[in-house]
Amino acid sequence: MDKTRYNKFRQTREFLIRHSMLFLTLVSLSFAVVIGISLYYKSVPILDQQSLWALLTGESWKPLKGEFGFYSFIMGTLWVTGIAIIISLPLCLLAAIYLSEYAHPYVKKMVFPMIDVLAGIPPVVYGVWGILVVVPIISTSLAPHFVEFSTGYSVLAGGVVLAIMIIPLMISVFIEIFDALPGGLREASLSLGATNWQTIKKVVLRKSFPGLAAAVVLAISRAFGETIAVLMVCGNVSEVPHSVFDPAYPLPALIANNYGEMMSIPMYDAALMLSALLLFVIILAFNAISRLVLIRIERNFAL
Amino acid sequence: MRHIRIKRIEEKIFKALMIAATLAIVVSLFMIIVAIVKRGLPAMSWDMVSKIPSGGFYLGKEGGLLNAIVGSLYIVIGSISLGLAFSLPIVLYLNLYLPEKSRLAQFTRLSFDVLFGIPSIVYGAFGFTLMVYLGLRSSLLAGILTVTILIIPILIRSIDEVMRRVPKEMKDAALSLGATRSEIIKPILRQVAPGIVTAVLLSVGRGIGDAASVLFTAGYTDSIPTSLSQPVATLPLAIFFQLSSPIAEVQDRAYAAALILTFIVLILSVAARFYSRKFSKNKI
Repeated sequence: MDKTRYNKFRQTREFLIRHSMLFLTLVSLSFAVVIGISLYYKSVPILDQQSLWALLTGESWKPLKGEFGFYSFIMGTLWVTGIAIIISLPLCLLAAIYLSEYAHPYVKKMVFPMIDVLAGIPPVVYGVWGILVVVPIISTSLAPHFVEFSTGYSVLAGGVVLAIMIIPLMISVFIEIFDALPGGLREASLSLGATNWQTIKKVVLRKSFPGLAAAVVLAISRAFGETIAVLMVCGNVSEVPHSVFDPAYPLPALIANNYGEMMSIPMYDAALMLSALLLFVIILAFNAISRLVLIRIERNFAL
Repeated sequence: MRHIRIKRIEEKIFKALMIAATLAIVVSLFMIIVAIVKRGLPAMSWDMVSKIPSGGFYLGKEGGLLNAIVGSLYIVIGSISLGLAFSLPIVLYLNLYLPEKSRLAQFTRLSFDVLFGIPSIVYGAFGFTLMVYLGLRSSLLAGILTVTILIIPILIRSIDEVMRRVPKEMKDAALSLGATRSEIIKPILRQVAPGIVTAVLLSVGRGIGDAASVLFTAGYTDSIPTSLSQPVATLPLAIFFQLSSPIAEVQDRAYAAALILTFIVLILSVAARFYSRKFSKNKI
């Protein structure tokens, strides 16, 4: 009798725990939806007034006059991200190939923790480094060769800082992809007399191309959203940059810089929330696509 | 023969390039740390870590960064506890209740992978709308909530990774002896405890260093908050704000704060490494 009552209690407890866990899981899944809806809700006022297209292509940013054109900020984001990818992609690709195909386990043991540390350094510290090292180098030794004057707070500074910041993400996803590749492919190529590098060029890189592309998209979306570090070094002038020595004003920096006054000017908060919504939607889509590609690769190779 | 020679030369060139790229990455890490230490160390003093700002602090007079250090600790402790309370049940549900190929489990893992990629400024903006909606002002509570949302994906992803590696036989053995699934929670948690510690250390690192999420929500203050509804200073914001000051002494403090933050993050990273090594000895 006692035992059946105890079992009854265990079953009820099981039921309760199971369903509260399911509930929590479902709640957490609605996170993304809630974030999207609340940002949209906040940006409705400005979308009612102007079309999204007009906002995205408008060049004039004068909140006091009610002019909110995002074009120069979008261009700022694209410039900085572009530079970051151009710098970090070849570095990461070469280093990842070396670490996964050539390096002695001992080298891996030394380098992997360092990449972890690089990933752990906070954005604001990267920003400080940018101000201490990158900006002075650009303004005193690099820029004078190309343009008449640059403060150093520029697209290039933002790009360099961002490049270092996305290296850990890119390199670790690259290495994961290379490691997932079946070893038989390499051995087949090597046994036919190909050198290591030929095998990499013609087999490893070709086979893992979709994964590499997905990793780059992941890195791009990370770069899109990076705020404080970029904000500290890229100058924040709301004009479309024309060279890498011009200052830029990426979207996240716009949001972070103006949160203080946004409540006091009409439509300002709606405009800023709209830019947060834009970032959210673009990054969500980029992430979802590249994660799906990566999951599929993992599944195919696991066979 | 010539063909083979070209092959060899190409091989050598690219290998050299690869080593150079790897070295460049390692060297840039050291450059960053050296730059921070070189600039921050002269600005460090005992006052920095033991005093809160006193009158005229922002004109270069006395005081330290204790408000920001303690504030960051409060935020991190709060959001880690809240985050664990959320993420442990979710990870357990994924691994204990759902079958391996379950659609819900796959979808949940994918969503947290995606949420992990959402930038903190978006979470900050979302936290801000939430705050306005609830009628809160920038406060410790709002900061904790926002950082919690930021670190939940990290906690879930990294705890899930270790929990998936728990041998299936362990679960099967317990179930076949008549245990209910919720009764296996305890032994499984004990099994993955080092993994949880690593996940927590990772999230502390992310949470303590993130500026964009607390910028909107936690505010900034010179004192140490005594309740959840007061604003709170954080280390990243202390760096960010003081660096924009024109006064050299105030800027120095930003560099000192950057040194403190880097130091904390380095220690966390070493500790996380140590724990995960202890847990899985064969991982590189």
